[in-house]
Amino acid sequence: MNASDPVGHVFAPVTYAVGREKIREYAQAVGETNPLHSDLEAARAAGHADLVAPPMFVVVYTSPAIGPAMLDPGVGIDFARMVHGAQEFAWGPLVVAGNEIATEVEVADISARGGMRFYVFESRSDNQRGERVCTGTWTCIVRGND
Amino acid sequence: MEAGEQLPELKVTPDRYLTVRYAGASGDFNPIHIDEEFARSVGLPGRILHGLWTMAQVARAQTEAAGGPERLKRLSVQFRGMGVPEQEVVVTSRVREVSGQVAVIDAEARQGETRIVRRGEAEVALS
Repeated sequence: MNASDPVGHVFAPVTYAVGREKIREYAQAVGETNPLHSDLEAARAAGHADLVAPPMFVVVYTSPAIGPAMLDPGVGIDFARMVHGAQEFAWGPLVVAGNEIATEVEVADISARGGMRFYVFESRSDNQRGERVCTGTWTCIVRGND
Repeated sequence: MEAGEQLPELKVTPDRYLTVRYAGASGDFNPIHIDEEFARSVGLPGRILHGLWTMAQVARAQTEAAGGPERLKRLSVQFRGMGVPEQEVVVTSRVREVSGQVAVIDAEARQGETRIVRRGEAEVALS
């Protein structure tokens, strides 16, 4: 990473293996009631190979990639002053248990305005067939010294 | 779905330990979500909800209205006022426009008068 300007840096991809019970655990925590996320027979009857991950399960399979990127000292986020300002996801094919999802994260932009710094990361997640299952835009806001 | 149509409201009250379960499920163990004492020490009123849990409620309102997880193609949100456990979260959604087989939906999440997710914008496939 270019220490004076981390924008454009792409971290090495990290692969996450999607587990059936992890989908159940996540679906329960967010209150999903659709049986595709908890009932294997229902998921198979609907034509899926295994339990289907809810769209927002993206936060689970990207976590091992986005966490270290945000914490990287070369990016320089002051975590004590950071809040999650905005989030966008765009989804492709559904993710099901048994998928292996590789995510790479890029430092997309760093800017300052109104005494705050904005750090924008883009995550790109592909399944084992090379299909783009989700692109994420993560905006972190760091308050200035006050 | 038609432009101007209000989608069903989603109402959910996160219980006292929801943030702990969500931390485990998501891997986000930031102590502001799970440690009352730590949260107060950094000037918060107490433990706050994970923004991404609240975003998941906005997502769920769309997938439930549209008929399944495969229908949600895009969702963007801004996080504002802090969400807290043990208070009802209400997600409201309104169809802004329908173009071809895609609906664009404006959504937000509130606790009482506090907007905790604003400027939510979803794209949902209609078939």
